[in-house]
Amino acid sequence: MAALLRVSHLQTYYSSFGGARVVKAVDGVSFTLGEGETIGLVGESGCGKTTTCLSIVGLLPSAARVVGGSIAFAGEEITTKRPREMRRIRGRQIAMILQDPMASLNPLFSIYTQVAEPAYYHQAIRGRPLRQRVQELLRSVRIPSPAVRMREYPHQMSGGMRQRVVGAIAMAGGPKLIIADEPTTNLDVTIQAQYLEVLKDIQQESGVALIFVTHNLGIVAKMCDKMAVMYAGKIVEQGSVRDLFRSPRHPYTRALLGSMPKLGSKDPLYAIPGHPPNLAQLPSGCAFHPRCPHTMPQCVSQEPEDRYIGANWTAKCWLTDQQAQEEYVSAIA
Amino acid sequence: MSAPLLELQSVQKYFPVSTGTLLRRKLGWVKAVDGVDFAVWPGETLGLIGESGCGKTTTSKLILLQETPTGGAIRFGGEDISKLQNQELMRYRREVQVVFQDPYSSLSPRMRVGDIVAEPLEIHTNLSREALHERVAEVLELVGLQPEVARLFPHEFSGGQRQRIAIARALATHTRLIVLDEPVSALDVSIRAQIMNQLEHLQQTLGVSYLFIGHDLATVAHISHRIAVMYLGQIVELADSLELCTKPLHPYTQALFTAALPSHPDQRHEKVTISGEVPSALDPPSGCRFHPRCPHAMPQCARDPPVSKEAAPQHAVACHLY
Amino acid sequence: MVSTIEETRASPVPLVTRELANVPGRWTSLARQLPVLPLAILIPFILLALFADWIAPYDPTEPIPGAKIFEPPFWMQGGSAHALLGTDFQARDLLSRLIFGARVSLIVGVTGTIVAGSIGTALGILSGYLGGWVDQVIMRVTDAWLALPALVFAIFLATMVGPSMWNIVLILGLVYWTRYARVIRGEVLSLREREFVKLAEIAGGSRARVIFRHILPNVLNSTMVLASLTIGVVIIAEASLSFLGVGVPPPEPAWGSMLADGRSMLMVGDWWLTVFPGLGILLVVLATQLLGDWLRVRLDPQLRNM
Repeated sequence: MAALLRVSHLQTYYSSFGGARVVKAVDGVSFTLGEGETIGLVGESGCGKTTTCLSIVGLLPSAARVVGGSIAFAGEEITTKRPREMRRIRGRQIAMILQDPMASLNPLFSIYTQVAEPAYYHQAIRGRPLRQRVQELLRSVRIPSPAVRMREYPHQMSGGMRQRVVGAIAMAGGPKLIIADEPTTNLDVTIQAQYLEVLKDIQQESGVALIFVTHNLGIVAKMCDKMAVMYAGKIVEQGSVRDLFRSPRHPYTRALLGSMPKLGSKDPLYAIPGHPPNLAQLPSGCAFHPRCPHTMPQCVSQEPEDRYIGANWTAKCWLTDQQAQEEYVSAIA
Repeated sequence: MSAPLLELQSVQKYFPVSTGTLLRRKLGWVKAVDGVDFAVWPGETLGLIGESGCGKTTTSKLILLQETPTGGAIRFGGEDISKLQNQELMRYRREVQVVFQDPYSSLSPRMRVGDIVAEPLEIHTNLSREALHERVAEVLELVGLQPEVARLFPHEFSGGQRQRIAIARALATHTRLIVLDEPVSALDVSIRAQIMNQLEHLQQTLGVSYLFIGHDLATVAHISHRIAVMYLGQIVELADSLELCTKPLHPYTQALFTAALPSHPDQRHEKVTISGEVPSALDPPSGCRFHPRCPHAMPQCARDPPVSKEAAPQHAVACHLY
Repeated sequence: MVSTIEETRASPVPLVTRELANVPGRWTSLARQLPVLPLAILIPFILLALFADWIAPYDPTEPIPGAKIFEPPFWMQGGSAHALLGTDFQARDLLSRLIFGARVSLIVGVTGTIVAGSIGTALGILSGYLGGWVDQVIMRVTDAWLALPALVFAIFLATMVGPSMWNIVLILGLVYWTRYARVIRGEVLSLREREFVKLAEIAGGSRARVIFRHILPNVLNSTMVLASLTIGVVIIAEASLSFLGVGVPPPEPAWGSMLADGRSMLMVGDWWLTVFPGLGILLVVLATQLLGDWLRVRLDPQLRNM
């Protein structure tokens, strides 16, 4: 199956002070996403997950630039596309859902106007078919009485509803890929649960692929098939969600999983010592080595490369070499 | 048997809502807190969990004397805090402190860390400069920071470190109760665990009590000994943390648990049983406030507000099912 | 460009940047970011004002012995080297008068601004923090004060108390405090809700403590920006008062009164009497405005990224 999205060795750097300072926000990120698949992009603040997404939709701030690698969407290379071409792709083929629904919705326009806009521009629907489409979309995000509510304005709706409207807008252009950047961070627990169910339903009905950017492993556990764990601009481990949760190979993945409090358990949390790195001054070798409990001399001097642990499962860690060796040794013993 | 450190008895806080600019007709009352009872014992952590609009923020403001209750009483060490004056009031302020959610706005940007931590000491004691320095150094070490950082400014620290500073400040005056209002929600995941562990360690060492307010079930359950669940200004369930996690009795608590995110992909379980949204506190539903959204609602639920009963040992629920 | 901040600090706490726009080396980038133009104008004037006694060739209040009145600048016909920029109607050296005039303008400008700033900031803080009737009273007074035409009011006060440099300073301070009060009050209103202020209140801090330790240091930025923008206004106000004859009394040279004195000769063609003091006012005010703008962008983190 051809991948819908193939990101290869993507490098996006920020430069400031006239090029005197370069921050390697994304440094060699590769992953693929097939149609209808959901991938969770996990990491803490500053790891590069949002920059990766902005690189995909072509909405990087002026100080940032894609300096290397490629992003292929539906077979086409999009890093070299001109802004006008990207505008046609954005909204129509790739949509984005952001964290704050109030910032995503224009307080001056009705819900109808905003949900209709992508359909109007990208699919050129007008008049009654447009109204029906809007109602259909609102229904698909479980907004009750869509015909009435679409005449309302954002401030008349609650936070959870607004976020669902944002979801409807994202779906309005009929995209093949939706990138959701921490969409539930500001929502209450029960509202969040409802919203995630809505997303799941939309996905099953329309077969859209989903990139879920989050720092919350619980969301990944609930929503995603695959996950990629990012640290300091690189993907340190990626694979199926089941594999990574069951036996994480990279110490950072293990640490993240260990630091999550689990309901009903009072086991002490594993607290990763230190703090997320300053991207302008990365440690030598493996960026995680100052905080890693298993640091070896090699980790300080050399950056690890991707090692295959299983099918579609890689980790960037020198340990995996050891582990693989040990497994091999014990297998043949 | 020791006495509770902090006790809330039938506490109510109603905010008047009026309309019009000239005439100011009274529309009604926002019943932000409507009959809340709980106690915090020395050395324990009571978790307060609820969604937006449940009244947990107002409750913390009442405890911190930022608001006065419309009804009921809050007692600290047996004394009604709304009646405290002068010396006793200062003593209360010394023994009860708070740590807020946002590490970036809770530290005075133009003060050195040492001065920030020393401020409660300066207000409440007459310690000499050296004694102040010593205590500040002591307390900074307690929270895992090196004493030398006292001369730096807040903007040189990360979010997690700032929260440590805020905690240090809260501990400076031999505090007995710290109200922690979502102290780790704004922090990175890996830092959260550090702070949580630190808080637990501090409690074991110093015997300080915590009122831990949060919205993430797993986090609150982990650090709390007992948990109180709030909905629309009332406590619907109060039980030991583990007991609540294994046997939630109130339908709202159960809904919270099904809505909670799994910690493993194999746990992707039942569909969410709750529908609709939290109604406004201006006009709460009659009888049991949860009845419009409750899957087990009975005719009685719309008529009579349920009273909190002990459905199991040390496990109180306010629900007609029990 | 390597960061030197970590090298200069021995502390083990590493710098974690929240935003990436951080300053690399401390001194080099400071030099790079200084407002060159305003400082290039202001520093010479400040030096002139400070060292007027030594720099000025003549006593500004006495006529140059042996000079004629209305001598033009030295590069024109009739001018000579002993009065580089010419002489005025009493044969006093224009250059010396300009230099001493700079002193008057800058002193009045700076101290007048300080007085205005102090009154306005104090009232703004009290109004914003204490609220209630204090706020109402102060705001109504501010409104009433603003309704008064500034210059006319200044003239009125000047004629009442009699002209002298320090009276002028006081008057200008009393006239121009209102813009501070409003702006600072607004800042205090939002500062009051910030968590660190609430924390100080919860910890039991008295209102005085909260104001002096938490509110005041955080409004100083705005005060400084406002101050640099106000200096220009005050200088022009002083010049206007002097021009009208109610400012700094003669024979003390002030640019404004020099303008008044030279006005009538403008028609005859003796342009140097007005152009030079006018140029002085223009340059100093321009420089302070540019400086104020630079300060605003530098000190206000929200505006900095615009």
